[in-house]
Amino acid sequence: MNGSTPTTPHVSAAANPAGDDVLAQKIAFLVMVAIITIAPMVVYPIFMMKVMCFALFACAFNLLIGFGGLLSFGHAMFLGSAGYVSAHAAKVWGLTPELAILCGTLFACVIAFVSGLLAIRRQGIYFAMITLALAQMIFFFCLQAPFTGGEDGIQAVPRGKLFGLIDLSNITAMYIVVAVIFLGGFLLIFRIVHSPFGHVLKAIRENEARATSLGYDTDRYKLAAYILSGTIAGLAGATKAQVFQLASLTDVHWTMSGEVVLMTLLGGLGTIFGPVVGAAVIITMQNYLAQFGAWVTIIQGVIFVICVLAFRRGIIGEIAHALKKSL
Amino acid sequence: MEIFGVPPQALFGQLLIGLINGSFYALLSLGLAVIFGLLNIINFTHGAQYMLGAFCAYLLLNKLGIGYWWSLAIAPVIIGITGVIIERTMLSKLYKLDHLYGLLLTFGLALIIQGLFRNEFGSSGLPYRIPEELQGAQNMGFMFLPNYRAWVIVVSLVVCLGTWYVFERTKLGAYLRAATENPQLVQAFGINVPRMITLTYGFGVALAAFAGVMAAPIYQVNPLMGADLIIVVFAVVVIGGMGSIIGAIVTGFGLGIIEGLTKVFYPEASNTVIFIIMAIVLMFKPAGLFGTQK
Repeated sequence: MNGSTPTTPHVSAAANPAGDDVLAQKIAFLVMVAIITIAPMVVYPIFMMKVMCFALFACAFNLLIGFGGLLSFGHAMFLGSAGYVSAHAAKVWGLTPELAILCGTLFACVIAFVSGLLAIRRQGIYFAMITLALAQMIFFFCLQAPFTGGEDGIQAVPRGKLFGLIDLSNITAMYIVVAVIFLGGFLLIFRIVHSPFGHVLKAIRENEARATSLGYDTDRYKLAAYILSGTIAGLAGATKAQVFQLASLTDVHWTMSGEVVLMTLLGGLGTIFGPVVGAAVIITMQNYLAQFGAWVTIIQGVIFVICVLAFRRGIIGEIAHALKKSL
Repeated sequence: MEIFGVPPQALFGQLLIGLINGSFYALLSLGLAVIFGLLNIINFTHGAQYMLGAFCAYLLLNKLGIGYWWSLAIAPVIIGITGVIIERTMLSKLYKLDHLYGLLLTFGLALIIQGLFRNEFGSSGLPYRIPEELQGAQNMGFMFLPNYRAWVIVVSLVVCLGTWYVFERTKLGAYLRAATENPQLVQAFGINVPRMITLTYGFGVALAAFAGVMAAPIYQVNPLMGADLIIVVFAVVVIGGMGSIIGAIVTGFGLGIIEGLTKVFYPEASNTVIFIIMAIVLMFKPAGLFGTQK
C-alpha cells in the first residue's frame, strides 16, 4: 500500500504524536478492552456484538474521511455486499465462518477497487455524490440478483464451526471471535494512520497540491485509502452477517451510508476513538427508540444538524480538545 | 407492426414515461445546479423539498379547498420561504467551512422532514386528482397521449428554458454569474451578495416544490417520493456536470428517455442504467458532459 514512493523522514517526524498522546491513547485503548470484556455481563452480548460490528464499520469510514479528507456517501455498499457474500458462502457453499468472512471481505475489496477507480476522479462534493450513486447501483443489484433473496435477504445463515473446531452457536465463542476481529481491525487502522502512508494521506487532506509537488502520486494514495477503508468496512459487514445469521437490504441501503457518517461525525471526525463512541451511542439510541418508528430517523436528522452547526469536533474531539491530547 | 421486435405501443408508452421522468430530472437537477453555482453546496434536502411541494398541494386541496392551479403558484412560494429561512438560520453559518458540512446539514434536514411526514402520513401514497381541464387524452394515431402528461413535459420545458434565459441573457443573470465567479468583487460593486445568495437558494427550493406539485397527480403524494429520486438526480448532475444550466436540462431529459428505452429493451437494467452511464462518463470525461474541470 506504500507504493514505490520513498518515505521522506521529515513527514513522519513532523506529525509524530508527543509522548503523552501515546500514553492517553494507550489508556483509552485499555479502557475500551476492559469495557468489551466486562460488558457482556451487564448488557446482552448480541447487542455488544452489534456495537462492535458498527464501530469497526465507522472506524473504516473514518479512515477515509478523517485522515484522507474524502467523504464517502456510499459505504453501505461494502457493508451490505460483504454481508451477502459471507452469508451466501456459509449457507450455500457450506464454508466455515472464517472462510465465509474472508470471502465477504475480499468481495468488498474488489468492489472498493472498481468503485474507487471511478470515484477518486472527482473530489469533495462530487466524490460524495458519485459514491452515493455507485452504492445505489449496488443496492438495485442486490434487490434484483437471484442469490440475495430480494426483500427477504439471506436468512437463517448457519453459524458453523470456526476452523472446523469451535462451535460458534455458543454465544461466548461468537463474542470472543467478534471482539478479536473488532480489536484486530481497530489496531490495523491505528497502525495505518500512524504509518508513513497515513502521514502522506493527512498531507493530501491538508493540501493536495503541495503533496503532489513533493512528488507523491496522490491519486494512488487516495485509491489505496479508499480500498483499505472499503475492505475493513466489508470485514465488519461479513462478520455482522455471521453474528445475526442474516444479510438483508437494510445494510446496503443509502440510509446505512448516512448512519455511518452520523456515527463518525457524532464521535469525532479524524479521531481514533470517536467512531467507536459514535457507533455505540447511535446503536444504543436505535435500540431504545426502535418502537417509535420514524422518530429514530428524525432524531438522527436532529443530531446531524446539531453536530454540523455547533458540535463539529464530536464527542471524543471535544474531550481531546479539553484535555489537549489527541485521541 | 413492430419496431426492433417491440410493439410500438409499448415503445412509445415507455418513451413517454421516460420523457415525464426526464422532465422531473431536468427540473430537479436545474435547481441543484442553480444552488450549487452560488452557494457551492449540494442541497441534499432537494428531494424532501420536492416532496414538500407535493404535500403542500395536497394539504391546500384537502384542508382549504385550493385547487391545482393556485397550488402551482402558492406551494413553491411557501416552500421557497421555508428554504429562505433554512438558508438564513443554518446554511449561512457554514459558508466559511468545508463545503461538505453543507451536504451533511442538508442531509440531516432531509431526514428530519421525511421522518416527520412519515410519522404524520404513513408511507403509502395519497392520491391527488388530475385537474379537470387536463383530464382525458389525445389520440395521436400511434398512441394515446394523456393531456396531463403532455402538460408536464411542456411546462417543464418552458420553466427550464425560462430559467436558462434569465441566467444567461438578462442583467440579473449576469450579476448571478458574476457572483458565482467572484462574490467579493461583485459585492464591491454595491450588489448585496448575501441577499442574492439567500434568494437563489429560495428560488432553487421553489423549483423543487414546483416539480413536486407537478408530480403529485402522476406519482401520488408520498413522504419518501423524493428520497430515492434525489440519488438518481445526483447521478444526472454528475453526468451533466455542474458547468451549465443548459447541460442540466439536456442531460435530465436525455437520461429520462434512455431510462424509458431501457425499460423496453432490457427491463432488468432500468433501475441501474443511469448509474452505469455515470460510471462510463466518469471514465472518459470526469468533469461531466457539459462541465469544465476546475
